[in-house]
Amino acid sequence: MFGASSLELLSFEPPNGRGLNLLHGLANSVGIAFGSFGVGLVIGVGGAYGKLYGGPVVRDLLEVYTTVVRAVPELVLILLLYFAGTDLINQLLTALGYAAIDINGVVAGIGVLGVVQGAYSTEVLRGAIRAIPQGQIEAARAYGMPPGLLLRRITLPAMLPFAIPGLANLWLIATKDTALLAIVGVNELTQTTRTAAGATKAYFTFFMAAGALYLVLTLVSNIAIGRVERWARRGMPSIAGSH
Amino acid sequence: MTAPVTALKHPAQNGAAEAIHVENLHKNFGNLHVLKGVSLSARDGEVIAIIGGSGSGKSTLLRCINCLENPTSGIIRVNGEQIRLKADSHGHTVPADRKQIERIRSKLGMVFQNFNLWSHMTLIENVIEVPVHVLGVKRDVAIGEAEKLLARVGLAEKRDVYPAYLSGGQQQRAAIARALAINPRVMLFDEPTSALDPELVGEVLKVIGDLAREGRTMVLVTHEMKFAREVATHVVYLHNGLVEEEGPPEQIFGAPRSERLKQFLRNVG
Repeated sequence: MFGASSLELLSFEPPNGRGLNLLHGLANSVGIAFGSFGVGLVIGVGGAYGKLYGGPVVRDLLEVYTTVVRAVPELVLILLLYFAGTDLINQLLTALGYAAIDINGVVAGIGVLGVVQGAYSTEVLRGAIRAIPQGQIEAARAYGMPPGLLLRRITLPAMLPFAIPGLANLWLIATKDTALLAIVGVNELTQTTRTAAGATKAYFTFFMAAGALYLVLTLVSNIAIGRVERWARRGMPSIAGSH
Repeated sequence: MTAPVTALKHPAQNGAAEAIHVENLHKNFGNLHVLKGVSLSARDGEVIAIIGGSGSGKSTLLRCINCLENPTSGIIRVNGEQIRLKADSHGHTVPADRKQIERIRSKLGMVFQNFNLWSHMTLIENVIEVPVHVLGVKRDVAIGEAEKLLARVGLAEKRDVYPAYLSGGQQQRAAIARALAINPRVMLFDEPTSALDPELVGEVLKVIGDLAREGRTMVLVTHEMKFAREVATHVVYLHNGLVEEEGPPEQIFGAPRSERLKQFLRNVG
């Protein structure tokens, strides 16, 4: 019953084949995951630094941010940030005398998931920075490194080995969290799958295909993560080899 | 409290310029008064050894010179330039001018007890890091210099090895090469052999001794009394945050005057 018709439905030839739609959705999902993971990393570095070295006000504000974001279900945050966020931006634009704009779903998705990722990244990176032997930071200070250079040349590369396992988890969560954006109509893989399945009633075919694509994304990610981890740990003898 | 047995030598006593001048330095950690008014001077070519029991404040004194610890009060001059200090909002003394501290630090080659090499960099990368990124030396020039320095400390063939794969003695020799790479006005050694296995101490002391003999200016905190006697031009004995006695090594080790120093030398000897 599924055989030939499933293949036809998943082919790249319109009008019946919707494979290209799925790949387009996958590309959007990967783009959103990349973007939100990146935004999360930037927020995370700033947040970790603020929590470790900031004044009491900065530390309290960051504590509120990480606690609230990690306490509220992501779906709720997405609904809240997506609708309230776009509404707020348009109100602001109108108040300033500009025309309201239609915010691109992918960009909005990156923004919303980036805020979520940032809270988790802050904690992962804070722990990783604390795991750096403090003498290495002190040596950099003792040789007159200014703070920005010290962050770039010493702190970030030295904390990376400790951060990779946590960041790898966050990346995989980011790829799957993109599916939540279907609820607000962002054209990512789950949304395009839902549309295709709804139009053809071939739910099983399309959701199996989407599942396979998510699986491929994870497998490819694992290979990349393995490489990054080997590179990040280049100065560290492997535990297995130390006996 | 006995007054220091020997008064601080006046810099004008010999012709060399004063590289480091510390005057009436105090350091509190909370209620703990670690340094209670210490003065110290190092002219070009001098090797100052700071000795004393644990908790005497000798490492703190060294770490105040480049403001790794901020002194509570007192005067520190490096190269004739006085470090400007101010009180922050909590009443702690902090450097008033970050740029000045960074400039001064980049002229002081610090060697730590625990080596503190950067673990994500190979030895050659460790040695060129500060010249290239802080001092603005061209990378190929810095690499050429670094290779000479690594050869000098006997690590030429380890240039592309990461620190974790080396012995403590090798790591400390690499750390000395890293300090030399900035062409420092003064070398600061903070118990450079205390974290080493006994059989590795000798190779590190030999490198430091060679530097002393070629006329490098150094301030050296150490537990190696025999070594201090050999290489130092001036020895400072700290006790409870005060200079208890100081003078040339023959006097300090050969004819100590203060009872505390006599007892200290008996205990460590």
